[in-house]
This record gives sequence, C-alpha cells and structure tokens, in this order.
Amino acid sequence: MALQTTWFLLWGLLWAVFFMTDGFDFGIGTLYPFLGKNNDEKRIMLNSMGPLWDGNEVWLITAGGVTFAAFPKVYSVMFSSLYSALMLILFALILRGVSLEFRGKVDNSGWRTLWDTCIFIGSFVPALLFGVAFANIFQGIPIDENGVYLGTLFTLLNPYGLLGGLLFLFLFLVHGALWLAIKTEGELHDRAVSAANSLWFLLLITAVVFLVTTKYKTALYDNYINNPILFLLPVLNVLALLGIKFYLTKKSYFKAWFASALTIVLCTFFGVVGLFPNLFPSSLNPEYSLSAYNASSSPLTLKIMLIVTVIFIPVVIAYQVWVIAYQVWTYNLFKGKVTKADLAYEEDAAY
Amino acid sequence: MDVLLLSRLQFAAATMFHFLFVPLTLGLSVLVAYMETKYARTGDEIYLSMTKFWSKLFLINFALGVVTGITLEFQFGTNWSRYSAYVGDIFGSLLAIEATAAFFLESTLLGVWIFGWKKLSRKAHAAVMWLVALAGTVSAVWILIANGWMQHPVGYEIRNGRAELTDFFAVVFNPFAMLEFLHTVSAAYVLSAFFVMGISAYHLLKKQHVEFFTRSFRIALVFGLVFSIFVAVNGDMHGVHVTKVQPAKLAAMEAHWETATQAPLHLFAIPDEKNERNLIEIGSIPGLLSFLGHHDFDAEVKGLKDFPKEERPPVLLSLLAFRTMVGLGTLFPILMIIGWYLRNRLTESPVYLKTMLFAIPLPYIAIEMGWVLAEVGRQPWIVYGLMKTSDAVSPIATSQVLVSLIAFILVYGLLGATGFYLIAENAKKGPVH
Ligand code: HDD
Ligand code: HEM
Ligand code: HEM
Repeated sequence: MALQTTWFLLWGLLWAVFFMTDGFDFGIGTLYPFLGKNNDEKRIMLNSMGPLWDGNEVWLITAGGVTFAAFPKVYSVMFSSLYSALMLILFALILRGVSLEFRGKVDNSGWRTLWDTCIFIGSFVPALLFGVAFANIFQGIPIDENGVYLGTLFTLLNPYGLLGGLLFLFLFLVHGALWLAIKTEGELHDRAVSAANSLWFLLLITAVVFLVTTKYKTALYDNYINNPILFLLPVLNVLALLGIKFYLTKKSYFKAWFASALTIVLCTFFGVVGLFPNLFPSSLNPEYSLSAYNASSSPLTLKIMLIVTVIFIPVVIAYQVWVIAYQVWTYNLFKGKVTKADLAYEEDAAY
Repeated sequence: MDVLLLSRLQFAAATMFHFLFVPLTLGLSVLVAYMETKYARTGDEIYLSMTKFWSKLFLINFALGVVTGITLEFQFGTNWSRYSAYVGDIFGSLLAIEATAAFFLESTLLGVWIFGWKKLSRKAHAAVMWLVALAGTVSAVWILIANGWMQHPVGYEIRNGRAELTDFFAVVFNPFAMLEFLHTVSAAYVLSAFFVMGISAYHLLKKQHVEFFTRSFRIALVFGLVFSIFVAVNGDMHGVHVTKVQPAKLAAMEAHWETATQAPLHLFAIPDEKNERNLIEIGSIPGLLSFLGHHDFDAEVKGLKDFPKEERPPVLLSLLAFRTMVGLGTLFPILMIIGWYLRNRLTESPVYLKTMLFAIPLPYIAIEMGWVLAEVGRQPWIVYGLMKTSDAVSPIATSQVLVSLIAFILVYGLLGATGFYLIAENAKKGPVH
C-alpha cells in the first residue's frame, strides 16, 4: 500500500515537472509568430530555450516510462484509449524538434516561414491537448471492464475537456512569456512583459471558471471534502497565481517565472490529489477505474524502480538546475540574455 | 487489413526509420569526441574545424533520432496495450531506466555542448562530448536489454495473469542482450566509419581540403577496420546463441527443414513454405550449418518441420535478411583492409575512393537487415515462447491505426528526405572555417 501510494505521488510529480519545464517551451513556441518581428528576434526567442527544450522533453519520456513501469495497466489503457489525441501530440512534438534544427540550415525566407509555422503548430497543439487529456481524466473516461475505450477522439473534445485545454494553454503562455522577459532585452523584452500581463488576466479567468466547473463535472473535490486539510493545496495554488502578477508588477521577472512554475506544479497536483487513488477513472462504472492499488506493478518492480528513481532523479534535477541557473544568473556558461552578438558568434551551432 | 497487421506495419516502419539515425548518433559522437580531444591536446586548428564540420552533420542526424524515438516509446501503449499490460512489470522498468539514466544526460549535455563553445574550456568542452557519446551507449544498453528480454525472456514468473519480475539481475545480464548490444554498437561504429570515409572520399576525389579529409578518412579507417572485424566475430557468437535459444529462427534463416546431424549450409536457397522444402539450393556445404550453430560439424540442428506450422517465422524474409547482412559483413573488412594499404596515397586511388563514396548506404542496409532478421525471425512470438504477437495488439479501431500509419509514412518520408538532403548538402559544402 505504502509503496503504491508513493508511486502514485511520484507519478503525479513527474507529469507536473514535465509541464513545468517543457511548459515554457510550448509557451514560447506558441507566442513565437506574434512576438518575434524579424529574423534576429525570432532567433533570440529560439535560442532562449535552445539548450533546454530537449532535456525538458525527456521529462515526458520519463513520465511515460514511469507510468509503464509502475502502473503497466494504466499505461496500456490510457495510451490506447487516448490513441488519436496522443498521436497528434507526438506528431506535433516531432515537428517542433526538427523545425528547430532545420530552420537555420538553409538561408531562404520561404524555408524559414515553413519551419516557423511548424514550430507554432508543434507547440500549440501539445499545450492544448495535454490539457484536454488531463481534464478528461479528471472527469472520467468511458472504459469498460476490460479497459476497452468506448469513445472516439471527439468524445474527448467536450466542453470541460476543452476548458482544461485552455487552462493549460494559458498556463504555458504566461510561463513562456515570463521566460522571454528574463532572457531578452529591448523591444522584444517589452513585448514579452506586456504579453505576460494580458495573458495573466486570461489565465485568472480561465482558472476560476475551471475550478467552479470542476465542482459540477468531476468528483475531484470529494477527497478535499473528506480531508479539509488538503484545501491548503488549492489555496497555495491561488497564492502562487497571484504571486505571478505581484512579481510581474515589481519587475522581478525571475520570481514571477518561479511563481508560474509553482502554479503549474500545484495545478497538476490539485487534480492528481483529487483523483487519488485513481489514475484513470472510468465514467461508466467506478469499479472499472484503474487505481494505484489495482493497476500497479509487483512489489519487487516498484522497489527496484524506487531505488533507480531515488538515485537518478535528484542527479538529473541537479544538473538541469545547474544549467538553468547558469542560464539565469551568471554570465559565465550561457550569458544571461541572448543578444545579437551571441547569435553571430555561435553561427554554426545555435539555432 | 486489421489492427494487427496495421500495427505491425506501423511499428516496423517507425523502428526501422528510427534506426536510420541511431547508429550514426552512436558512432559519430565517438569520432567527434576524439577529434575534439585531439584539438584540446594539440591546439591544432584543423582538428577544431574537423570537430565543427562533422558535428554539424551529427546534429542534424541527432535531431531526427530524437524525434523518431519518442513515438516508439509510446507505441507500446497505443498499439501494443495487451503486451504492455502483460509484461510491463519487467519491460516497462527497462524503458523507464533508459530515460532516467541516459536520455536526460544525453540531451542536457548536448545542449551544453552546442551552446557552450565560448563558455567552457577546451578540455571541458571535449569532455562534454565524451559524456554525450557515453549516454548514447548507455541508452543502447538498456533498450537492448529490453529487446533481449523479448528475444529470450528470463528472470520472471507468470503470476496474477501476467509476467512478473523475479530476478532483476538475470534480466540485466541476459546473455542474449549482451550479444545484441555488442553486435549493434559495433555495427553502428562500422556505419559511422563508412559515413565519414565516404564523405571524405567525395572531397578527396575533387582534390579539395585534401589535408582535412585525409586525416578524417584515416581516423575513420582505423575505427572501421577494428569494428568491421569485431562485428563479424561477434555475429558468429550471436548465431551460436540464437541456435540454442531460438532454434526456429535459425532454421528459418537457413531454410533448414529436416532435423539432421552434419546439417549442410546452403549459400543460397529459395524456400517453398507451402510444401515445406526448398525449390533451389545453391552451394550446399555439408556439416557447415552444424558447425556454425554449435561449432561442431556433427551436431544435430533442428529443422522447421519440428515446429508446428503456426509457430514458424517467415522463411524467405529471414533467409534473405541474413544473407544480405552476412554478405555485406564479409565485404566490409575487405574494403577496410584495402583502405589500410592505400592509406598513404588516397588521392591517387580514385577507384577506391569512388567505391567508398558509393558504399555509404551499404552498412545502413546491413543494419536494417539485421533487425529484420532479429524481429521477423522471432515471429509469431512477440516475447519468444511466451506471448504471440497476435495476442499483444490493442483493442482499438482499425481506422485510427490506418490514419496514423498513413501519417507516419507521409511525415517520416518528408522529414527523412529533408534530413538526408540537409546532411548531404552540408557534407558537400565542406568545412567553412
Ligand atoms: C542500439 C540503440 C537503440 C535502439 C535499438 C533504439 N534506440 Fe532509441 N535512441 C537511441 C538508441 C537506440 C539513441 C542513440 O540513444 C538515440 C538516437 C538519437 C538520440 O538522441 O538518442 C535514441 C533516441 C530515443 C528517444 C528520444 C530520446 C531523447 O529525447 O533524447 C526515445 C524516446 C527512444 N530512443 C526510444 C526507443 C524505443 C522505445 C526503442 C525500441 C523500440 C528504441 N528507442 C530503439
Ligand atoms: C531499432 C531497431 C529495431 C528495428 C529496426 C526493429 C524492427 C522491427 C520490425 C521490422 C518489426 C516487424 C516484425 C514483423 O511484424 O514481422 C518489429 C516488431 C517489433 N519490435 Fe522491433 N525493431 C527494433 C528494435 C526493437 C526494440 C529495441 C524493441 C523493444 C524494446 C522492439 C520491439 C518490437 C515490438 C514490440 C514489435 C511488434 C511486434 C511485431 O510487429 O511483430 N524492437 N521490429
Ligand atoms: C559478417 C558476419 C555477421 C554475422 C555472422 C552476423 C550475425 C547475426 C545474427 C545471427 C543476428 C541475429 C540475432 C537475433 O536473431 O537476434 C544478427 C543481427 C543483427 N546484425 Fe548481424 N551479423 C554479421 C554482420 C553484421 C553487419 C556487418 C551488420 C551491420 C553493419 C550487422 C547488423 C546487425 C543488426 C543491427 C542486428 C540486429 C540486432 C541484434 O540482434 O544484434 N550484422 N547478426
């Protein structure tokens, strides 16, 4: 029991970290056609996430891998149920990855426009669809007793699902705009700041609507009502959300970004804690739901994976934080701000 | 067309496409790290421009390797959900370990390498590339342990209606996986050697950047010479092991129907699967199959007729794949040895240079054929002797898989063409510094 509960929380944590890290890349990619006015600015935007996006994406691979390892039944039912949505996300991620690499390799504006469009699609689609997928999980998925999905792609595109998609989209857009505010200067910086400000209001409205709708569309609040202490989580969440605006107004962009990272993690946990012990609830019959107790791996596998995770995840976090910290604070390894001078120097390597 | 067939086609297309890029990532990272180390040690600028030139090609290739890898991991859930639920206890953990132990390191450090040129010292920068190469190798270890388990499952027990782990170290030190690892990685090194030598040959034929490409050629030559011999020796050991644990695969790849001692090896044969015999057998050498399978001319080798019809792999495909791989595997050391004799007068050997230029696709073919043999030869099993492929497929709508398969073919086709075009263009341009 304890082992399964630990894994349930780790499972939530890995997804949360993925949204927190790759979230700002999705945000930047979606803002990209609107904020970057010329090729230099566009390259500055891409290079602001240049050394990080691939490492961030590995959190997705790990979240998927850990679902597979710790809850194989969930992995199998979740990914086969969400088949078409997941394929769309995967193709979008493919487009994003290759576009970053291909864009600068031929000096031709039509070529660049092509990959610019792909960067936008490749960032916007996952931002939206991850939200749709998770909102649907919160709500319950029509799976029968054998884990067979009885809907289609369009079943997922219901109002609550789409609302979840919008929530994720705005979370990531704010997150990305703040990263740009940290990493750029001049006009681009000003545009990023004003985008962050207006997007924050949209985020606030969506978040409120989402929290209220959740009451009527899902059973997430049951756990909270049974254990009122848990309400601390949404309260912290709201504080983090307000914190973004607070620091934004004070022009402390890194703190604002940090508050936004916290908001994303807490949002994910708000849902995950509400789901507990379910990982993939059935909307047809609660008995068909897959939970941490009826869908987990054997105790031996859970133990081995726990050892692996306890050793490796802190190491990974250590070196990723090291890279990010250098990005933000020092002018040593990667300059704090990406400037035109950097682009010229790194002509043959950078994006 | 049913979900099973479509899913098989999709998985085959996606893995084979992924493996167009994987070997070059594995091998070229080592060569680039070596070149950069030379630069860090000697300060000779030519090694710096070598590092920059070859790493540019490496990076394009790497990007395609990364994006095609992600779809693979998720296809176990989307298309093979019954498989995932049945063996996830063992197989899932191996994939998760691969991601945490290798992919993070590889992608994070590659970011540091690309963006760290003027911020790290020369030595530190070169060390980062060695770590990237190491991480790629570690990822190969874990994924091949996973694949090795499907080929020869060990360390498990059937409990609660699924395969549960009982002995983690038996899974990790599975001899099948070790052999696969050595064979695949050395094959990847051979491919990378051919890649570097072929592109160098192109420029040497045009007599441009002669010093630059002669040195590149020679570095790759040493690498290729060693590993083209290694891959064949190791492949032979692999064959012996396959004979022991997957007799049906061996019988299929040799079109060997009747169980016999002193079994003959046919250099070429055309099987007639319906009538359980061979239409044509060319160059049959008595006892050689017994020798290759058991290192003993008199040993007994099981024939296909000893296996029920529905448990035999496709004979013709296995046979052709094996013949192609081994044929090329014999050619490669010969080309490398000729190169060794000509190494000091490369520009005066246009015929050899031209051969090496046109040889670039050959190791790609050998590697893909190796995987076809390993995977098709395992059929009808998805986990040998334990689970059939037909029981592994997801209960999903045919139309979904049809649409995604078409999308895979279109998207991968376009990206592959663009990727190889960019590699070729940049290769032709030569060093810019
Ligand atoms: C022998 C080696 C080998 C084999 C058999 C495979 N791969 Fe692979 N894979 C690699 C060697 C590799 C690599 C060399 O480590 C790559 C290639 C380019 C790269 O970035 O890493 C990679 C990338 C890569 C990635 C992206 C990692 C990232 O974002 O950095 C994923 C998710 C997978 N692979 C998953 C798979 C799966 C599920 C496979 C089996 C079906 C598979 N690979 C076969
Ligand atoms: C990258 C190198 C690989 C290549 C080129 C490759 C190739 C193939 C091919 C051609 C098939 C289709 C066989 C058939 O249906 O007749 C197949 C099936 C399969 N392979 Fe591999 N494979 C590779 C690596 C792996 C690895 C490392 C794993 C597991 C970790 C794996 C797991 C599977 C599975 C699950 C199937 C589905 C069953 C099936 O389609 O028959 N493969 N592969
Ligand atoms: C010349 C002698 C060679 C022999 C005797 C040999 C033998 C084998 C055998 C028996 C297998 C099947 C293993 C299985 O069923 O799982 C195999 C697989 C494979 N071969 Fe070879 N091989 C040779 C050369 C090569 C060359 C030159 C390459 C590529 C450059 C190559 C690439 C592969 C790959 C990628 C696989 C699939 C992975 C694996 O199972 O290890 N082989 N080889």
